[in-house]
Amino acid sequence: MTTKPLYERPVLVRHQLGHMNKMGAMQVNRPLTHIDGVPVEELLARYGSPLFVFSERTLRERHQELTSAFSRRWPKLRVGWSYKTNYLGAIARIFHSEGSWAEVVSGFEYEKAVALGVPPDHIHFNGPYKPEPVLERALVDEAMVHIDHFDELALVEKIAKRRGIRPKVAIRVNLVAEGIPAWSRFGFSLENGQARDAVARLVAGDAMDLVGLHCHVGTFILEPQAYRDAATKLAGFANELRSRFGIALSFIDLGGGFASHNTLRAQYLPGGVATPSFERYADAICDGLATLDVRPQERPTLVLETGRALVDDAGYLLSSVVANKRLADGRRGMVIDAGVNLLFTSFWYKHELLPGVETRGMPEPTVVYGPLCMSIDELRDTMLFPPMKVGDPVVFKNVGAYNVTQWMQFITYRPAVVLIGRDGRHALIRRAEQLADVIGPEEMPPWLEKH
Amino acid sequence: MSRDATTLRVAVTALNATDNPAPGVSVLRALRDAPGFRGRLIGLSYDALDAGLYARGLADAVYLVPYPSLGPAALLERLRAIHARDPFDVVLPNVDSELLSYLEIAPELAELGVGMYLPTREQLELRSKVHLEALGEQSGISVPRAATVSTAQELFKLHDRIPYPFFVKGTFYGAVLVHSLDEALAAFHATVAKWGLPVIVQQRIDGEEYDVVAVGDGEGGLVGAVPMKKTILTDKGKGWGGVAVKDPGLLDMTRAFMEATRWRGPCEVEVMKDRDGGYHLLEINPRFPAWVYMSAGAGHNLPWAVAQLAAGLRPERLEPYRVGTMFVRIALDQIADISDFEKIATAGELVREPSGEEEPS
Amino acid sequence: MNDIDRLRDLALSETGFLFDPYSGATFSLNPTAVTILRALRGSADRVAVLETLKREFDVQSADLEHDLDEFIALLRREGLVSREFGLS
Repeated sequence: MTTKPLYERPVLVRHQLGHMNKMGAMQVNRPLTHIDGVPVEELLARYGSPLFVFSERTLRERHQELTSAFSRRWPKLRVGWSYKTNYLGAIARIFHSEGSWAEVVSGFEYEKAVALGVPPDHIHFNGPYKPEPVLERALVDEAMVHIDHFDELALVEKIAKRRGIRPKVAIRVNLVAEGIPAWSRFGFSLENGQARDAVARLVAGDAMDLVGLHCHVGTFILEPQAYRDAATKLAGFANELRSRFGIALSFIDLGGGFASHNTLRAQYLPGGVATPSFERYADAICDGLATLDVRPQERPTLVLETGRALVDDAGYLLSSVVANKRLADGRRGMVIDAGVNLLFTSFWYKHELLPGVETRGMPEPTVVYGPLCMSIDELRDTMLFPPMKVGDPVVFKNVGAYNVTQWMQFITYRPAVVLIGRDGRHALIRRAEQLADVIGPEEMPPWLEKH
Repeated sequence: MSRDATTLRVAVTALNATDNPAPGVSVLRALRDAPGFRGRLIGLSYDALDAGLYARGLADAVYLVPYPSLGPAALLERLRAIHARDPFDVVLPNVDSELLSYLEIAPELAELGVGMYLPTREQLELRSKVHLEALGEQSGISVPRAATVSTAQELFKLHDRIPYPFFVKGTFYGAVLVHSLDEALAAFHATVAKWGLPVIVQQRIDGEEYDVVAVGDGEGGLVGAVPMKKTILTDKGKGWGGVAVKDPGLLDMTRAFMEATRWRGPCEVEVMKDRDGGYHLLEINPRFPAWVYMSAGAGHNLPWAVAQLAAGLRPERLEPYRVGTMFVRIALDQIADISDFEKIATAGELVREPSGEEEPS
Repeated sequence: MNDIDRLRDLALSETGFLFDPYSGATFSLNPTAVTILRALRGSADRVAVLETLKREFDVQSADLEHDLDEFIALLRREGLVSREFGLS
């Protein structure tokens, strides 16, 4: 007896110049059914949909790749785990267990790091606004404060005098690196002499010791050359501080901004090809730092705060198909249960989206929508995608950075987050929200209370 | 192992051949014309409607491969599948945007026994529009002033350094001459929309433009080169005809570039000769130009040399090119059948019978 | 010209390649779509088309009627049948 072919929804696609390549379709058809050996369907059945999933194996591997690339080129390296990219306790703890310090940019992040057990003197405290009580606590705790502007410099002096302490501090500088827009809103400008003035002022005030320089050239920098420029300029400035003020720095912080394997919306080549390896960033930075005028044993520690490149690849967002519809222009619309409220980064990336089950049938130009009742809730513009049934799982890759910190509780609850351990065990690292989580902080004024 | 060059099986990419054609068709023709060549030619293309797919008497078989934007893994998988059924010894990539993917999968291709003759990733970066100015400083080659621009705001101050009119260029393709801030802003946004960031602004130099097709040996030397002056332009300013010229200054600049970068593989050197006789390097395209067939016509067959080098063979010394050789492009309508299109569109391949030169009935 | 004749003139191959000789447009179809198009050339009878699908495919749990209506709408939009075309 002959077996009949399995039925699939009828598909008819008109051929158009520039979109005539079925080879692309072969690629998008390939599903991602397992994450580190754990079936996607099992995860969804157990923890619900949508669901964020992190791979401990990838987190540790990325951290080791980074440290090994730099350690071979520079004697002393310190990674500051960038809390703003992902401050879930379990994620931060994994990086701390790999030897990372914490890099925080707010009082909340500072408290969160301390609550996780990070010693305050293993915290780099960045950012343009550190409220006075928070700054005071950090200085007394001997955290490494990075001064961002003259007003903050004055505030640190005031606190130091009041508390009778002499803090060790760093200053943040901004500079022009070839090929990227200058981030002049953070720190003191190197080119116009502001940074030199800041150091002169700091030295004259005699209330603290300058031990570090910090600069952060930008975000998602695909061009390692920009770091060579930045490192060279920082090294030149460090040389100047040494000869002029006799300052021997204990660290130079090149910040973050390394690209992950995502693809920006305005980017032609996919992240897999265009994203530089850690090795290439390391080459550029260590080449630039080689112009430091110090004996090898006096070389300052190199600090990196590159959160995105460490955590993005380790994060997945699992979601389920809610509906398939035909748009007026003939394209297929696929509605899934995760929207831009959870995947903030879809505003700037073409996120890689794959079916979470084996699929059959011909891919069609498809727009992927989230479940929000808002027109901006579009996760992918037209992409080739195979037919999916209602309830089928789909998987977004490389979503580990910024989403679980920038997600919004808008008209619904934020979903659970799961970690897959290196041995394949998995567990919740943040449970799904429920009504009490949302209404807990609410208060009812007396005149609206029911009697 | 010694191999016979005339029986090489060569895969060639980029068969788009509309009014701004890709080099693939020219490369295939140059190989077809190589003296004694009786190997197999395979075309690799990105779209079922790439015109070169339908050229008869050129490729023995043509296959679709995934777009560069899908990344190297998809490309490798497809090449493996093609190679399993229709083996080839070398592959000659011909468009800028695919080079990184091919470099990425070079070790896997080598395992299959497939050779390439390409510049390294570092060499590609040295010549990229972003770094050309620095290359000029290091090598003493004169290069127009340029700036890399990532935000429209940067254009407001740029004319202090680079006066209007200047060119606004994409990292891979595209160049627009602009005369004012308004035009520059429009060109910036159009370029970003099409090719992404960053955008390169380049000083315009007045003079005569020349192009050199050249192949570097990877050790600082020149395998061969043919300089050309365009004689026919399309209404978009693209070369539609040209003549091989003798000017030694052009070859000197090409040699200086090879020496500075130790370039390996093909490239097109765009040169501006100013009114005082100075030579300025405008751009390096890291691949053959679409007019490379002229090198075969001038007795200096560069694609053939590259195919042999890619196979690990040592080509015979190239004869000097014949000055005065012209290329004149003409639009010839090929006859194909809807069934050819069907095969490409549905199976992603079109394998021609050995007697594939006859016209369809 | 009536729609059935129009459908019969379409060049539809085993591979799912469709050439519309009137417009010059070409399309790719999956096997289900090929089967529906062939059945429609016989008659535009809803029950007959559904029967054909059930006979030729292993239909587990699909909403055939919904899929069929959507496909007919697609044929209309692509100009392969007239706007008035509908199943009886």
